[in-house]
Amino acid sequence: MHRSVWGILPGALPLLTLMVMLGPVLLGLWWTLAPALGLLSEGLSLGPLRAALAWPGLREASLLSVTTGIGSTVIALAITALILAGWSGTRAFAVLQRLLSPLLALPHAAAAFGLAFLIAPSGWIARSLSPGVTGWDRPPDLLILQDPWGLTLIAGLVTKEVPFLLLMALAALPQTAPGRSRNVATALGYGRVTGFLKTVFPRLYVQIRLPVYVTLAYAMSTVDVAIILGPNTPPTLSVQIVRWMSDPDIGTRDLAAVAALLQLALVIAAILAWRLAERGVAFLGRRWIESGRRGSAEGAGRVAGYALGALSALALVAGIAGLAVWSVAGLWSFPSALPDGLTWRSWQRHGPPGLEAMGTTLAIAAIATAVALVLAIGCLETEERRGVRPSRAMWLLYLPLLVPQTAFLPGVQIGLLSAGLDTGFGPVVVAHLVFVLPYVFLSLAGPYRAWDARYSTVAATLGAASGRVLWRVRLPMLTRACLTAVAVGMAVSVGQYLPTLLAGGGRVATLTTEAVALASGGDRRAIGVWAILQTGAAFLPFALALGLPALLFRNRRGMQDG
Amino acid sequence: MRLAILASLLPVAAYAQPDPADWDAVLDEARGQTVYWHAWGGSTTTNDFIAWAGERIDEEYGVTLEHVKLTDTADAVTRVLTERQAGEDEDGAVDLIWINGANFASMKEEGLLFGPFAFDLPNWQYVDVNGKTVTTDFTVPTEGYEAPWAMAQVVFMHDTADLAEPLGSMEAILDWATSNPGRFTYPQPPDFLGTTFLKQALIDLSEDPSVLAVPVMESDYDAVTAPLWAFLDELTPHLWREGRAYPQTGPRQLQLMNDDEIDLAISFSPGEASTAIANFELPETVRTFVLDKGTIGNASFVAIPYNSGSKAGAMVLANFLMSPEAQLRAQDPEILGYGTVLDMAALSEEDRSAFDSLALGIATLSPAELGQVQDEPHPSWATALADDWQERYGTR
Repeated sequence: MHRSVWGILPGALPLLTLMVMLGPVLLGLWWTLAPALGLLSEGLSLGPLRAALAWPGLREASLLSVTTGIGSTVIALAITALILAGWSGTRAFAVLQRLLSPLLALPHAAAAFGLAFLIAPSGWIARSLSPGVTGWDRPPDLLILQDPWGLTLIAGLVTKEVPFLLLMALAALPQTAPGRSRNVATALGYGRVTGFLKTVFPRLYVQIRLPVYVTLAYAMSTVDVAIILGPNTPPTLSVQIVRWMSDPDIGTRDLAAVAALLQLALVIAAILAWRLAERGVAFLGRRWIESGRRGSAEGAGRVAGYALGALSALALVAGIAGLAVWSVAGLWSFPSALPDGLTWRSWQRHGPPGLEAMGTTLAIAAIATAVALVLAIGCLETEERRGVRPSRAMWLLYLPLLVPQTAFLPGVQIGLLSAGLDTGFGPVVVAHLVFVLPYVFLSLAGPYRAWDARYSTVAATLGAASGRVLWRVRLPMLTRACLTAVAVGMAVSVGQYLPTLLAGGGRVATLTTEAVALASGGDRRAIGVWAILQTGAAFLPFALALGLPALLFRNRRGMQDG
Repeated sequence: MRLAILASLLPVAAYAQPDPADWDAVLDEARGQTVYWHAWGGSTTTNDFIAWAGERIDEEYGVTLEHVKLTDTADAVTRVLTERQAGEDEDGAVDLIWINGANFASMKEEGLLFGPFAFDLPNWQYVDVNGKTVTTDFTVPTEGYEAPWAMAQVVFMHDTADLAEPLGSMEAILDWATSNPGRFTYPQPPDFLGTTFLKQALIDLSEDPSVLAVPVMESDYDAVTAPLWAFLDELTPHLWREGRAYPQTGPRQLQLMNDDEIDLAISFSPGEASTAIANFELPETVRTFVLDKGTIGNASFVAIPYNSGSKAGAMVLANFLMSPEAQLRAQDPEILGYGTVLDMAALSEEDRSAFDSLALGIATLSPAELGQVQDEPHPSWATALADDWQERYGTR
């Protein structure tokens, strides 16, 4: 039976997948840009382009996008590598992993709000030290949040990127057989960190390269985090684009569309630069490996990695705890470390609509993720059976993650409307699929391709057809990767704001659309309630992804590596 | 033959518009409709009020209300515009928009609104047409294309624990800010409230604010605005964070005040401070004041897009929002604290006494104390000032 399924769909799935992903992006880009550039009516007009280039903040805004994007990605990758190098396979690592993974589910905006409350001059840290330690009876006038260099923004992005990269790396790690490499390296007298960096990391990086690019593109074009933590005079380019989009003067929409094109160019340039830097690092790294040096800063590297990882996890946890306290707070003014009184009023207000929105949110996430998983496995399996190398065309899958959302989503909306597709649940699921699929594919492709094909050969020798190999050997062995992919996919879906708003015509209320709307008012109590509900919705799949394999494979030693 | 007649009727039927003058027919048509009201969703109290209005019109008229919570009104404007580009002219996603100022001017000019309808709504008889600016929106005549539902006037909230006395003018604010650096800020233009601060400052500093009633194009912009930029150049270094960062929205100022980061903030709702105190969002020491020469006032409106599929239901809601019942609830400082659009003299004895017996709220000024209401400048001023501000202070 399984065989017949593959018989019916020979190679159709990769094509279908590409269409699902690329169609909306390309058409959306066209529908957004063509009117702005006057391509549909009077012929090419460069007015909006000139206006965008003439905006006095353009240089600084672009520079900010680049520095915060690259800076946060480099730091997040370094922390991830150090944590894995120093601690993978240890008990302390398991603790950190349990702490970090659910944090991936935390919506960006909620995380940023939590962090903002933590580190502001009137924030939780200052409150708990005031007036006793600091002597402040009112908050100092310090520019911590929204600093003009974007340092707070970088810190905020790093805390959210580390869990993502770590989870991606963990999903890929078993395929690099780190245990054996570690044994060999240790036997040769390498320390834990140096051994890992020299033997495992190069192979690991190849597998998580795409997630790294996605992180870079995301960090460069994020809107919600940058509004809360980033500078605003001027803001990053992406924030400015959204401002132009929501200007009452309808003419500035064209400006926004053109600026989105600039943003796309910046992202592409940054990725190309990163790619070049990879070569450089690889060259230096190879010399370092060949030098045979055993490494000297072992202890420092281990401690730094763990400390930074724990710090970023704790910052997020404390931020969310702060929001949780706010959700039940009565009056709470500076410098009280805790509210003067507690009240359930915020939960009574937001709880019932919150649960309703949670149902919708989970339904959309489940459907979009299920479809994405089928398409992703279908593509990978087809690729495998035809014996083709991962095709270069598959790169295109990541287009929706690399193209700034503001550049093509307005066009998608026009497209949906022109096609007579009524707004509502269906279009929202489709719009989510565009973003969920790449992430699912992204987290699955590495482990899937790296799966040792000799298992398949052995199974075939034992008389199993390829369908049977897939269902009885490959997928069970890749359970962990599949569940991780599902968890990531659902978290991505839960966090979608702009696609939900635009494809749903505002009529589909998810936790995120409601939370972001409330966040614009900055009411910490309301944000607290919604952020906790939102985290809950995305946390569930992660709990499953972590818990199920442990349960399923409790008697399979070879499946517990990593 | 019959088919042909039917067919000839169809296009007419498809484009038949409810006629607000025939209110019974509107009520009939509205029953069972769902109205998607696109309104800013950043305020918990407003959201609760809208939810209450939804329950009431469901009970009373069988109309379902869905509140689409926006972060920005312009999102709804964009949506309608996009629908027109895509040819969706009959059943768009937006049925009612909370709107005013530049967004209204823009939609009206683009022909994106249904109407005129407001003057034909039954509750229009109670509206204070002479005493309140309910028929013009930022000097643009509404011509019945939007219905008012709340009055707003600029007040300044001050924390009396740190700033005891009201400040009577922009110059007094500057003096106070200079001697108390870092304790005042305003939302970053082009935020609606931030731009309002610029307009308020300009009016207060101008010799003759009446020049602001004409479009920017027809005035001597540089000369008129020179006092404003001189004022801001002096003020900015003494602002919160030395003007290197600004709160992004009005409510964010409440948070800063509650965190004791600032002592003075602008508000466009005389009752906002009282409501916020009741919700633990502001300390109990906060009070409000207006400037000696008066402050800007305007009305909040609701408008119906030309392509709404539930125009009758939307009109029922717009009418309900102007009812004494809804207005009374909106004015209650425990609920919303919005000023009413109604004329007390036009109300029944019973309704009038209900309004009279409303407590104002601890930090709310009485109508007499609110003093002179100044007119909004022409909408082009808001755009010009916001753009200019961004070049001068927003991109350094």
